[in-house]
Amino acid sequence: MKRLIPMLLCVALASPAWAHKASDAYLTVERDGVNISGRWDIALRDLDLALGLDANGDGQLTWGEVRARQDAIAALAMARLALSSGGEKCAMRADGMQIDAHTDGAYAVLALSGSCVHAGPTVTVEYSLLFDVDPQHRGLLNYVDEGESRSAVFSADRTRQVVGGDTGGPLAQFAAYVHEGVWHIWLGFDHILFLVSLLLPAVLVRRDGAWKAAASFQDAFWDVARIVTAFTLAHSITLTLAALGIVSLPSRWVESAIALSVVLAALNNIFPVVARGRWIAAFAFGLLHGFGFAGALADLGLPAGSLALSLAGFNVGVELGQLAIVAAFLPLAFALRSTWAYRRVVLAGGSAVIVAIAGVWLVERAFDLPLFVALAAG
Amino acid sequence: MRRDWKWMAVAIVTAVAINGGALAAPYTPADDGIVLERLPEALDPALAELKRMRAALRANPNDLDHAARLARRCIEAARETGDPRFLGQAQAALAPWWAAADPPPPALLLRATVKQSQHDFSGALADLDRLLAVRAGDGQALLTRATILTVLGRYADAQRDCAKLVRLASGLVTTTCLAGASSLNGDAAGAYRGLVQALARAGDTAGTRAWALTLAAEIAARRGEAGAADIHFREALALDPRDAYLVAAYADFLLGQARAREAASLLADSAKNDALLLRLALAERSLPDKRSEFADHRRELADRFAAARRRGDTVHLREEARFRLDVENDIPAALVLAKANWNVQREPADLRILAAAARASGENDARRTVTDWLASTRLEDVAVVALAERRAP
Repeated sequence: MKRLIPMLLCVALASPAWAHKASDAYLTVERDGVNISGRWDIALRDLDLALGLDANGDGQLTWGEVRARQDAIAALAMARLALSSGGEKCAMRADGMQIDAHTDGAYAVLALSGSCVHAGPTVTVEYSLLFDVDPQHRGLLNYVDEGESRSAVFSADRTRQVVGGDTGGPLAQFAAYVHEGVWHIWLGFDHILFLVSLLLPAVLVRRDGAWKAAASFQDAFWDVARIVTAFTLAHSITLTLAALGIVSLPSRWVESAIALSVVLAALNNIFPVVARGRWIAAFAFGLLHGFGFAGALADLGLPAGSLALSLAGFNVGVELGQLAIVAAFLPLAFALRSTWAYRRVVLAGGSAVIVAIAGVWLVERAFDLPLFVALAAG
Repeated sequence: MRRDWKWMAVAIVTAVAINGGALAAPYTPADDGIVLERLPEALDPALAELKRMRAALRANPNDLDHAARLARRCIEAARETGDPRFLGQAQAALAPWWAAADPPPPALLLRATVKQSQHDFSGALADLDRLLAVRAGDGQALLTRATILTVLGRYADAQRDCAKLVRLASGLVTTTCLAGASSLNGDAAGAYRGLVQALARAGDTAGTRAWALTLAAEIAARRGEAGAADIHFREALALDPRDAYLVAAYADFLLGQARAREAASLLADSAKNDALLLRLALAERSLPDKRSEFADHRRELADRFAAARRRGDTVHLREEARFRLDVENDIPAALVLAKANWNVQREPADLRILAAAARASGENDARRTVTDWLASTRLEDVAVVALAERRAP
């Protein structure tokens, strides 16, 4: 008979299970535009667990032992922290190491600094310190922006969090997302080219197999209004559905389909199939473009506390950016509509160029081949 | 001027929020020889072995035997020292099997043990059910499951598991397992008698005997037999003076007997363990010459609870409820915590804090929960009965 020597449980004692203190590290990140500064307090005991700091094995960590491993400590920490803003990584580095006393012992304090390429409204923080040696470790983030602080907790199950975007009050936050929306449509050439492809024929009328100048500005204006409204409505619907996580499509599929939509819209100007109901095409393809906007918004990050406000701001920004394009395009196109150059060079030639560019995107995105990296601004 | 006030408010809120991390001014030590930290192995050289085992496992992380040995040592270290970092290290040793749907039995047992320490009782029970389905005669698994079922108040299920230990473990282990459940379910006298008889026979390890003696002491204390309880507690402490659970139980007994000075001297070196620090503060509260120690420990506890809250821990609801009620006199917060705790675990201590919070607040729901539980389980606990009978002063 095997004699059982019981392993007694912490459950029977339930409470002392949390005695001393579980492993926490304290990360403070302060942002000022594209610049990041901060500090990171990591328990020496935890660093000893991960790196083995006790060189002489006497169970004590001296400043000499810790200081000798400063580079290893900084390398460990920086490999386990990534910040990004506006979908671009921020360059981060540890500038120096000091010591601070916490309730459960001495901590190494790393001074952090860095800069982001793009000052998006939020910062995405990826944190994976110590989870391999102590899965119950927590990273406690204190994020400071616009004089306000937000906290977040990282755990082995939650290594990525989006912070900020809800600092600076609702108005500032709304404005930040409007700004991002405007920039996204202006920098997202695929959306512009799609819109332009649909708008180019708006100052013309298809009659007897040939393009004729539209008789009045009013006709042209309403044609444009129909197209823009349909496009807007459609992509607002899918942007919202995707941002709220109700519908999700693979991004490669979406980006390829968007490129295809641009090819088809431009081809239709050269070999017209759909003349009158272009707003229907605008609506149908607009649904696709909404998923594309959602991808960009996901890169920016939405603050969980005020999702609706940021989403509305981004949507408004996209519309404003779009209206600005239309406002610049329509008077110019209307003025030139009767010229040979508009019909031949702008409409036919321009559409052919658009077909070519969008065709390249289509191949790149569908087959994941970087042909024209510079053009693939999506 | 208004603006200044606003900033001051922000500064205060921020300072309070950060306080859990106790961010002070970092400094550069003046000399390389300055000792910054004493590692656990400095206090207990046996813990240095954990480091060697961990290094060996790193070379071959999928070695189940080695991983299980390390995890078990970590769990024991957590129990002995009350240091939760060891539980995280146990989990790390089990990493290859932690998320697996069907890990081998040794990994399942240890995974369940770590899960229950995080108060994931349903996860722990699921692992143990799976393990016992393939190894019905795993004594440790049966004992672990019985312990969890007892904590959850499922005494009949617990007793069924304990009964299966008869052929797997010593008489004392089986008797203690059974007594743990039956003493809370209407048969405290029989459970106590059985324990005393089983203890009369020699054998078993000091750890097992200390465990049985602790239970005997607790049953006697619940039945109002203070003299017997005191003797058993002392016998147990003689065998295992460092066991944090035992020290906490004896301290609670002494506090209940208005022997605060003895409790304070018992706990004098236990400030690192939060559960023991709470008892120490409770003892010092009633000792006029310990007023400044009490103030320090009260602040320290508040900091530790705030720190635990910041990291999202909920494993110490019982202690926090007691802290709010008995140290801070914050009755509404204590009631909320005591009720939340009662939804997770149902040991006599959980009922006691619920009864105390119910009495202090005069809340009828909580009072009824206590009286219903007493009626349905026939729990014999003089302290709870007194709290349930007396109306708030």
